[in-house]
Amino acid sequence: MTSLQSTTPKVAVNSPEPEVGQPVTRNEQACHDLSIRVRDLSLWYGETQALKSLSIDIFQKNVTALIGPSGCGKSTFLRCLNRMNDLIPGVTIRGLVEMDGFDVNAVKMDEVALRRRVGMVFQKPNPFPKSIYENVAYAPRMHDLVSRKADQDELVEKALRDAGLWEEVKDKLHQPGTSLSGGQQQRLCIARAIAVQPDVILMDEPTSALDPISTATIEDLMDKLKQQFTIITVTHNMQQAARVADYTAFFHLGEIIEYNDTQMMFSSPATKKAEDYITGRYG
Amino acid sequence: MSQSFDDISAQLRKRHRKSARLKWISMGALGLAGLFLVLFFADMLGKGLPAFQQAQIQVEIDYNEEAQRMGRAALDPEVSRLVSRTFERLIPGQIRDNPELLGTTETRWVLADSQVDQYLKRHRHKLNEAQQATVDELVEEGRVELKFNTTFFTTGDSKMPEASGILSAAVGTVLTMLVTLAIAFPIGVMTAVYLEEFAPDNRFTQFIEININNLAAIPSILFGLLGLAIFINFFGVPRSSPLVGGMTLALMTLPVIIIATRTALRSVPDSIRHAAFGVGCSRWQVVRDHVLPLAMPGIMTGSIIGLAQAMGETAPLIIVGMVAFIPDVSASFTQAATVLPAQVFTWAGEPERAFVEKTAGGILVLLSILIFLNATAVILRKKFERRW
Amino acid sequence: MQTNQLLALFSGVLLVLGLVAFFLGRAKAAKVRASGTAMYAQPDQYAWFTVLATAGPALLVGAAGAFFMLLLGAEIPTLYLLAASLVVAAAGLMVGIQQVRPDFHARKAIERVIRAILVTAALISIFTTFGILFSIVFEALRFFQMHSFWDFVTGTVWNPGASFLAAAGRAEEGASAAQFGSVPLFAGTFMITAIAMLVAIPVGLLAAIYMAEFAPKRVRTLAKPTLEVLAGIPTVVYGFFAAITVAPIIVDVAGFFGLDASFNNAVAPGVVMGIMIIPFISSLSDDVINSVPDSMRQGSLALGMTHGETIRDVVIPAALPGIISASLLAVSRALGETMIVVMAAGMRPNLTANPLEDMTTVTVRIVAALTGDLEFESAETLSAFALGLVLFAVTLSLNLVSVLMIRRFREKYRVNNL
Repeated sequence: MTSLQSTTPKVAVNSPEPEVGQPVTRNEQACHDLSIRVRDLSLWYGETQALKSLSIDIFQKNVTALIGPSGCGKSTFLRCLNRMNDLIPGVTIRGLVEMDGFDVNAVKMDEVALRRRVGMVFQKPNPFPKSIYENVAYAPRMHDLVSRKADQDELVEKALRDAGLWEEVKDKLHQPGTSLSGGQQQRLCIARAIAVQPDVILMDEPTSALDPISTATIEDLMDKLKQQFTIITVTHNMQQAARVADYTAFFHLGEIIEYNDTQMMFSSPATKKAEDYITGRYG
Repeated sequence: MSQSFDDISAQLRKRHRKSARLKWISMGALGLAGLFLVLFFADMLGKGLPAFQQAQIQVEIDYNEEAQRMGRAALDPEVSRLVSRTFERLIPGQIRDNPELLGTTETRWVLADSQVDQYLKRHRHKLNEAQQATVDELVEEGRVELKFNTTFFTTGDSKMPEASGILSAAVGTVLTMLVTLAIAFPIGVMTAVYLEEFAPDNRFTQFIEININNLAAIPSILFGLLGLAIFINFFGVPRSSPLVGGMTLALMTLPVIIIATRTALRSVPDSIRHAAFGVGCSRWQVVRDHVLPLAMPGIMTGSIIGLAQAMGETAPLIIVGMVAFIPDVSASFTQAATVLPAQVFTWAGEPERAFVEKTAGGILVLLSILIFLNATAVILRKKFERRW
Repeated sequence: MQTNQLLALFSGVLLVLGLVAFFLGRAKAAKVRASGTAMYAQPDQYAWFTVLATAGPALLVGAAGAFFMLLLGAEIPTLYLLAASLVVAAAGLMVGIQQVRPDFHARKAIERVIRAILVTAALISIFTTFGILFSIVFEALRFFQMHSFWDFVTGTVWNPGASFLAAAGRAEEGASAAQFGSVPLFAGTFMITAIAMLVAIPVGLLAAIYMAEFAPKRVRTLAKPTLEVLAGIPTVVYGFFAAITVAPIIVDVAGFFGLDASFNNAVAPGVVMGIMIIPFISSLSDDVINSVPDSMRQGSLALGMTHGETIRDVVIPAALPGIISASLLAVSRALGETMIVVMAAGMRPNLTANPLEDMTTVTVRIVAALTGDLEFESAETLSAFALGLVLFAVTLSLNLVSVLMIRRFREKYRVNNL
């Protein structure tokens, strides 16, 4: 931690009043091109306010972890980024979520186009009731990313390789996706998501339903995938956030209490609440 | 690298159109089904409502000597053709029973012939020009009128459309349903109680369950074959009787009641059972005093729906002979009878145009009863619905 | 004395004996308890036990006697039988009273009897299935003794006209021998079923898709019961509707295109049957589509699929076993449907591929063979059972396959409400 402080002279360490939406401390190894800019984002389920005026900048080709006690709004926030909350009746959203210069919540924004660029991996693996091959090839084909069969084969192989699943399934591509083990299914879902070449991949507690070995595999995978994609992951496992994330945001009761470089967050959190949570006083 | 939002949106336009098309087509399918329903009811109402009105004619009846032998002689020959023959046939008997009538005259409204009725309703009819002129004249004078058809509700079947009614079929339906309920309700409830509360989960129980589900899907006509071969030919139950019809329908209704009762029993939470066991009730006492009373609304709802189903059933009853021609109302379980849907079937087979309207009228009565029963079931369910 | 009067007398005496048993049993139990002895059960339970001991064996004896009389043709005079039952009842009363002792478990004894009664009730449904099976198989076998099974299955001419002469022993007088080739009947049945399915499956499935995926909640709660009304209308009413309203429309429409249609064409009953079956398909498909886990839909939407693509490529394939199962049930229902075809389809066995011609079905011939004043022993009457046997076998297998498919679906998605 000391080394970190010494090599990041341009940003004030533990500055008590960081700029709106900016991390308290910058991670000097990470890329700092902006991917998603969120300003004053609020969300209501009917009368209940679930997100309270959030602001955060998400950087490209990083892993950003969202942590916090359950019910703190981290999954809700994640689902705002690809408008999956649209599917829930009675949801009201205010504020700005900006990507690539477009307001994601604008009326003329096509949520299908948005989801095409912001992929998602869910808590429980949910492969389609199709073959392993079809699970991966389906979306690229629908999106006209591939036209020839050979291209499609190539794309499926690449996606499965990137997801670290190729060696395990290359001989049974035409078996149903549901025949795989839980961890394999989750990697299939990741392969499915990266096959459409999105900019951002949202992961909603992707390992909470998996065994420790599968979890480790997927954590390694996230580390590799951030070369190509911006990854935002929700986790209730603080060790996991510490292991995989470049930046970590701590949520509490619908607010972002602290957004910081991961190592700083876990070594010397800027806020009392984050410290209490990390040291296990509640959560 | 990745495409911009504009590129993707342009590419998506076609796919969104396709998606919207699916929505409209599926909405259209639902609308089509609704349209069928509306057309069906409109058609039945249009055909059936005239049946509740019947042409009546005011005639002068002259109880003379000749009328003792031939009723027609009592009427003015010009109008006698326009009067229902069922009425003319009764006159000699009336004179025989009340000899003091002889030589007197009387002016009364009586049933008109079905052709007059059809003529007044602007349907196809067989009146010749002269008869039409007479009817028109009588209408002018106010001596022929369409009145509410009480005959339809107070008589049985007849070969004369104007004199046929649904009363004997209605009584037959009531008797048959009594038999059906008396058999299917206790056996159905007992079976469900056994399967849900007592039965161990073994092969035998599973076999009974599969068997019940299967029974619910067997074509109804095969129950008719069972009734014919076993109840009538083997046990000698009288053919065409409400008894054999009710027994046959009871076997058909059994699965409906069993399945409904099981659902109702299952919706009673186990905590109630545990509480009752906890205060020292035996299994039977738990069921009798705690589970069954709570499940009763559900059981009643299911039974009413089963009853409504049985009430509309025709095919097995045809096989056991319940399509008999029953002019007189009979309140016996063992004598030949007919039921409402069978009466509809019989009338539908009559060639005369006037019977089409009777058939549709009978259908309207049947549908009203079924709608009433189902509405009762729905209200019962709404009223007692309880979420645990 | 008349049997009816005898039965009334018997019931009366038995009722009196039962009442006597109840009060004697309770009195004795109450006395024992009053004397301070602890008993296993309540006085009322002893009372009910005595009633059971009195009436149960007596009714059993009566029923067994009646059964032997009917089944084996044994000549037991009803008077003696009922008298014997009453004697048994009196003996049961004695034994019952004797059993009213502190160390006797009256409640357990009653509950054993109740359990036995419940099991008997549960067995009735099995008896019904076997009753149907045996009555049909037995009579069908008699038919196949008269006419070869092979001709029945492969013959293309159904002409039972002369069979009543054969039954009357005057076969040679008939102009031609009766023929029972069932192929035209099955062809007609399948034609009408196919037309019904062409109407019911697309409309029912699409309506289900709309209700489950697109419709606002209010439309859904209204549409589902409204569609169920279609299933609640008696088939005889549909038959009338098909024959009187739809068939002339079909003839007119066919005439407009220069086609010649019969008033007993297969299209009218087929279409009307299809309308009747819509709710079967839509209701079950709606349930199945609703049971497809939401995570499937979200997975597809998160890949940038449109709602329509999600339904077509993910939801429907996932729901397919359930939808197929619903369709099989619907086919089974259409094959066995009777009234619509009896009233709207033809009587003439006609092997044709033209749905505008009149054709007849299996169920129509069953009804035709069993109504009217035919001798029960004639081949035509018995042919109804042979047809019924085939119908039973086909619908039974369709139902079983359908149950297996829905069970597979249920296990796959762990839903229990189907």
